[in-house]
Amino acid sequence: MSQRLRALTGAPAFTTWVSVALMALLFIAGAASYTGFASLQVVLNLLIDNAFLLVIAVGMSFVILSGGIDLSVGSVLALTTMVAAWLLQVAHWPAEAVIPLVLLGGALFGALQGLVIHVFRLQPFIVTLAGMFLARGLCFLISVDSITIDAPLFVALSQTQIPLFGGAFLSPGAVIALAVLAAGVWAAQATAFGRTVYALGGNETSALMMGLPVGRTKVAVYALSGGCASLAGLLFAFYMLSGYGQHGQGVELDAIAAVVIGGTVLTGGYGYVAGALSGVLVLGLIQTLIAFDGTLSSWWTKIVIGALLFVFCAVQRLLSLKKAHP
Amino acid sequence: MSTRPTGPKAWHHPLARPLAALILLLAVAAVSVPGFLHLEIKDGHLYGNLVDILHRAAPLMLAALGMTLVIATRGIDVSVGAVVAIAGTVACALVSTYGVAVAFAAALGAALLCGLWNGLLVSALGLQPIIATLILMVAGRGLAQLITDGQILTVYEPASFFWLGGGWLLGLPVSLFVVATVAGLTALLMRRTALGLFIQTVGINPVAARLAGVHTAAIVFFVYVYCSLGAGLAGLMVASNIKSADANNAGLLLELDAILAVTLGGGQLSGGKFSLLGSLIGALIIQTLTSTIYALGVPPQVTMVVKAVVVFAVCISQSSAWSSWRKA
Amino acid sequence: MRAMNPDPSAPVLDLSGIHKAFPGVKALSDVRLRLFPGEVHALMGQNGAGKSTLIKVLTGLYTPDAGSITLDGQPIAPKRTEDAQALGIRTVYQEVNLCPNLSVAENICAGRFPRTPWWSGGRIDWPAVHAEARRVLGQMDLDIDVTQPLSRYSLSIQQMVAIARALRISARVLILDEPTSSLDDAAVQRLFTVLRRLRDQGLAILFVTHFLDQTYALADRITIMRNGETEGEYLAADLSRLALVNKMVGAPPDQQPTRLDSQAPATGEPVLRATGLARQGALQPLDLALRRGEVLGLAGLLGSGRTEAARLLFGADTADAGELHVGGRSGRWRSPREAIAAGLAFCSEDRKHEGAILDLSVRDNILLALQARAGLRLVLSREQQQALADDYIQRLGIKTASADTPIGQLSGGNQQKALLARWLATEPAVLILDEPTRGIDVRAKEDLMDAVRALAHKADGSGMALLFISSELPEVLHCSDRVLVMRDRRAAGTYARGELDERSVLEVIAAEPTAA
Repeated sequence: MSQRLRALTGAPAFTTWVSVALMALLFIAGAASYTGFASLQVVLNLLIDNAFLLVIAVGMSFVILSGGIDLSVGSVLALTTMVAAWLLQVAHWPAEAVIPLVLLGGALFGALQGLVIHVFRLQPFIVTLAGMFLARGLCFLISVDSITIDAPLFVALSQTQIPLFGGAFLSPGAVIALAVLAAGVWAAQATAFGRTVYALGGNETSALMMGLPVGRTKVAVYALSGGCASLAGLLFAFYMLSGYGQHGQGVELDAIAAVVIGGTVLTGGYGYVAGALSGVLVLGLIQTLIAFDGTLSSWWTKIVIGALLFVFCAVQRLLSLKKAHP
Repeated sequence: MSTRPTGPKAWHHPLARPLAALILLLAVAAVSVPGFLHLEIKDGHLYGNLVDILHRAAPLMLAALGMTLVIATRGIDVSVGAVVAIAGTVACALVSTYGVAVAFAAALGAALLCGLWNGLLVSALGLQPIIATLILMVAGRGLAQLITDGQILTVYEPASFFWLGGGWLLGLPVSLFVVATVAGLTALLMRRTALGLFIQTVGINPVAARLAGVHTAAIVFFVYVYCSLGAGLAGLMVASNIKSADANNAGLLLELDAILAVTLGGGQLSGGKFSLLGSLIGALIIQTLTSTIYALGVPPQVTMVVKAVVVFAVCISQSSAWSSWRKA
Repeated sequence: MRAMNPDPSAPVLDLSGIHKAFPGVKALSDVRLRLFPGEVHALMGQNGAGKSTLIKVLTGLYTPDAGSITLDGQPIAPKRTEDAQALGIRTVYQEVNLCPNLSVAENICAGRFPRTPWWSGGRIDWPAVHAEARRVLGQMDLDIDVTQPLSRYSLSIQQMVAIARALRISARVLILDEPTSSLDDAAVQRLFTVLRRLRDQGLAILFVTHFLDQTYALADRITIMRNGETEGEYLAADLSRLALVNKMVGAPPDQQPTRLDSQAPATGEPVLRATGLARQGALQPLDLALRRGEVLGLAGLLGSGRTEAARLLFGADTADAGELHVGGRSGRWRSPREAIAAGLAFCSEDRKHEGAILDLSVRDNILLALQARAGLRLVLSREQQQALADDYIQRLGIKTASADTPIGQLSGGNQQKALLARWLATEPAVLILDEPTRGIDVRAKEDLMDAVRALAHKADGSGMALLFISSELPEVLHCSDRVLVMRDRRAAGTYARGELDERSVLEVIAAEPTAA
């Protein structure tokens, strides 16, 4: 019996399955407690409201899988909304030019962080913590107040509803987020880049000795995270129709929590990008359940997330200790 | 405290560079802002930008003292901001019903619990410090907001509540005396007991420390408790000063400021030797920067950019890659 | 692996005149090495002989200051690890340098994945990856589930996977750097079967080891290094075990054997006794007894388990089996703190990583263990601290500008003396010294060891019990009252002073293991 238990808990996908189970549990609890909960649209609304978080979580998955961390994503999201809003509203650039530019900018920002981390062998958390401050400071340098966006493309994307079967609908943002997720899952499994990311997280020295392109991959991973953060910024801008330095406060922590709750181990090398979806849905479900309840203040969300984060980290740590001393 | 090197040149003293940076910054401020260094006595109190800087930097100095010890053991604590918020909200929530003494004690008790939590996760469970303290960073503000129920708790009385953060003693703000006392006690603790030696040993070479018989787990546990207590006291000071508890904004981003203060003061993120005085000077540098920018009429958000650039510069200059590049 | 060398009598790899120096240290001096196809060539030598430096030269990590390397007669000069790999020189290290979280197949193929054609996406062709991995492992007669993560498998299997990775692209030379240090006998046999098969297919194998039995079981040719020089190259069949050990350890055979003057053996209850002390992969069950006033020397070659035994006695590593008896209590240490509290002290051989707290002053380093045992309360006043440190600095002849100098600025030998002072300051009942004279010049060595011996042989019987480990046999024999000879991680015999001289110790070390 304990042999099977050990085999089960030792499987790489164990924490991911736990997260999926948790997600199902929360949904069932909600459906059982509240009428109107058990509808497809409720789930789709989760995706619509958290599309930007899903995109960031995909990028964050890669960073965490490689053994690093990126605390700057929330600030890059805000910076993207601010730069886009300024370019659209003040400089009157066409949306078709703004969108690729900010995406490139986000990727470049991330790549620079990755370069500093790799070349100077600094810890990722301190470099991205400084990056977080830099990005948010730059936001406020552009404008202290929020800038409303009224560019037609953005407004259209904000209001469009993509119909699905049975009267349910998705937003363009949610569709984009799902596409990014699919691309991320594919890249992690089917490209050399993705496999090098896993190797980095498993043992960086070994990856180096195995002749894998460690430096390039590190920079690419942070560039990917930055690019996802700016894409998330665009989705956020579609949603809120404004650029503001206070957007996305605390999003990086939510993304990290989503990735960890989705089954990826914070020390790197173990987990699946698909876990970002279950992690985001778990976070969304908790928030929705608390909102449906009405009696619990929304602050409980942060506490519950913190508690879940602790449980997953502690379990991951205990499992890894067990592996070392069976 | 740091050991003096045997070289005679004053420049090689570990405090030389931080002190020079502070003096340079003050000089720039004095030149750019007329009357920046002006001091005057009104109603028996000493007023002026310099006093203001010391007073405003007090919570940061308290947080930086604790962070110094944590970083010295090769750790990090990103939850100090959340602990500041928790301590402030606990105090403000309890003071009207139970009085100042109980409120303060409860706030420090809550901070102590936070420290025990962090210490257990890092020392007993063996989680990486960034991950362990990240958990409290996420959940802590939620806890603080829970206590205040999302409102800003304002305290109107008793007046003794405001003494810690806003009172005066012998013509100077009370906060200065609090910081001086805590810094003095910490320094005493480090030098008059073996704690200073053990903390540095654990940070420089944890393997050798264990083989020499140092109780590394207990030392690591202690520094996280101490750091949270410092943050708790800082939270009390902030709440007492602004006469309210704002769970959302109290201590916001204090983590980076504290880490920056330690590195500006000469502390290495890789652990080892530390300087309490250096971290205090680092905190003053940060506050001087903020005050100067404010006095110049530049939008305060510029400080965020400047701080970020300074962190990059300091980290790069401390990195081994940089020093080997310079030697080449 | 096709035998590409048409002329089997010419070496595949030929190094000659290799010199490599680092600031203050001459690591390699006129080193020669020849690898022939279809041969296993063992590279042997003690610690500091230059083996790992030579390997690093071969694999491109170091560039030699002088000398030539030719591959199939063509001169080569690898500047990075990728260069050496591209030339067909593959290395497998003692620590399996693979990623434990990736599958076996992925570890074998990483960096060169077979892919699907571009018109179907150009993605990694996982079925082909698995098939390729099975093929390579099949050549080594290994049949395992290649889709499982590497961490699922034992260290010996992981090592096979590392070899499989090294061989997947055609290799000319396979270098194995101490591959058997963590393997048990069965795993070693499996590895040797694979290596023999590879050798028969024409591969040139360089096998770095310090295990005598394994050398004679596998190697066709042996090169011995000593003090950065090539002592000689021999055919294994032509070199006796005794001659091999002699050449490695370096005492000229005709030197006057160090006669030990007899001393009355220490009597009384042992202050520290170990029964059946063992640790998986590090030490076979060991019995040991240390008495006050006695110096017990541990003799043996590198890898014989001396340091492992010392670490277990001190609690630096946790034992799997056996017990320690000290002060009337029995059990196993859970941490060095417990051992120190019971009166033990341990001066590690790896002073850089396990001893010196580099940024702290000489004085702080000397006082550390004493203070750690006392806890938080400062055990001595400032004046007393200074006096104690100065006393040891003078007594042991530590050359330092002052007691405040950071210990990292001292030379290696003086650091060693300061660390010795650290443990002497605790006035232990049992002092374990692992290579205490390494890095100290010859004249100072004698004085130091005489001083240490005096600590044990106190006339009033209050002397310490000393466990003394050294790779230099004359030193061990000169200083010890009893000698425990170790070989291949187990005790090979205990001898009292007067029963042994250097030659006979070498014979014990070189002796074939008797059928158990």
